[in-house]
Amino acid sequence: VHDDEEEATMSPRPFWPPLLAGIMLGLVLLLTFLLTGHGLGASGFFTRATAAAGGWLAPSATEASAYLGPYLRGNPLDSWISWEIVGVAIGALAGSMVSGRFRLALERGAAIGANERQIYALIGGVLVGFGARLVRGCTSGVGLSGGATLAVAAFVFLIAFFAAGFLVTFAARRVWR
Amino acid sequence: MTFPLYDNGMIAGLLVGILFGFVLEGAGFGSPRKLTAQFALRDWAVFKVMFTAVIVAALGLWLAQASGLIGAKAVFVPTLFFWAIALGGALIGAGFAVGGYCPGTSTVGLFSGRGDAAVFIVGMLLGTALFAALFGSLERLYQAAEGPKGQTLMDLTGLPSWAILAVLLIMAVGGFALGNWCERRFGGPVTADEVIADLTVHEGGPGDRDHVSEPAQPNDRQVIAS
Repeated sequence: VHDDEEEATMSPRPFWPPLLAGIMLGLVLLLTFLLTGHGLGASGFFTRATAAAGGWLAPSATEASAYLGPYLRGNPLDSWISWEIVGVAIGALAGSMVSGRFRLALERGAAIGANERQIYALIGGVLVGFGARLVRGCTSGVGLSGGATLAVAAFVFLIAFFAAGFLVTFAARRVWR
Repeated sequence: MTFPLYDNGMIAGLLVGILFGFVLEGAGFGSPRKLTAQFALRDWAVFKVMFTAVIVAALGLWLAQASGLIGAKAVFVPTLFFWAIALGGALIGAGFAVGGYCPGTSTVGLFSGRGDAAVFIVGMLLGTALFAALFGSLERLYQAAEGPKGQTLMDLTGLPSWAILAVLLIMAVGGFALGNWCERRFGGPVTADEVIADLTVHEGGPGDRDHVSEPAQPNDRQVIAS
């Protein structure tokens, strides 16, 4: 019991200053370009995961899908981005553990309850999953990595992303108050 | 040795993934409250970290090209499909504001122990399946207004790389100054202590009564709302 209390009251270490975190992230991104010829990503893994889950739950429909079908014919662990996401999981777990920031909990604004938080998380996830397929990437792949190559596509993405984020937050500010 | 190595194997993926996850977690990007506070103008870490990283990596790529370490068209540059990227980017911004994460940060949230990140990931899989189901009718939108392949800001404007980088640097300095001002005005930035303390309050564990401090500075949050 004593140990549990120790853990619950262990104070977390502060987040890194944004300038330091930004420089580190930029160096990791540069290393990625030099090693692989492309930048970091994330949503590509979730497309493969959707195809894998579809192949398991609804094999014939997934096989027939013009979009997901081709992903079924490859081994998802063959792809670079799947290993990258496994790495992200390991890095985040290590980072949150050593800094005392790991907690098994729901994180939400003070004005909403746990059930409401989960409904918003689900809706947000659906919007992001759908949007990332339209973009052919996400905040990491197109926004960050595309931005580093000074691609026009990245800046169109970032403007749309921030504009919608501000607008929706203004309309639904209760969610995170 | 010539760069890039074009190494897309397991070790390269794991290595950069671990570093990516560790840095995102350190920045506080496993916390949906910190991430979404950007849109309430109370915490500018998303802007500051992303903009700094873009400039550092762009500067590094420029130097690598100028010194001959890598070739002129050696790295992947995404191509603009205007409507798909503008609409999809807006959907990701909206989903981020409501759900609290994007794909990369939801992975960081999940592996910092956040259950809401797991729900968000299930939503992403459903959203991807929905896109696949509607793909036939979306295909025209998906391909509309295609730009030149791998077009950069230099191609678009005719300006040299150093001029584009200089403009971005000026925008970053201005953004940092504006961000610092907003953070002071709206009671930010969101700290690790605040995030973790509020988690304990919300979850209602045995230690609950020790943390009756309640959401810090309700007045400051009201200011953002109004």
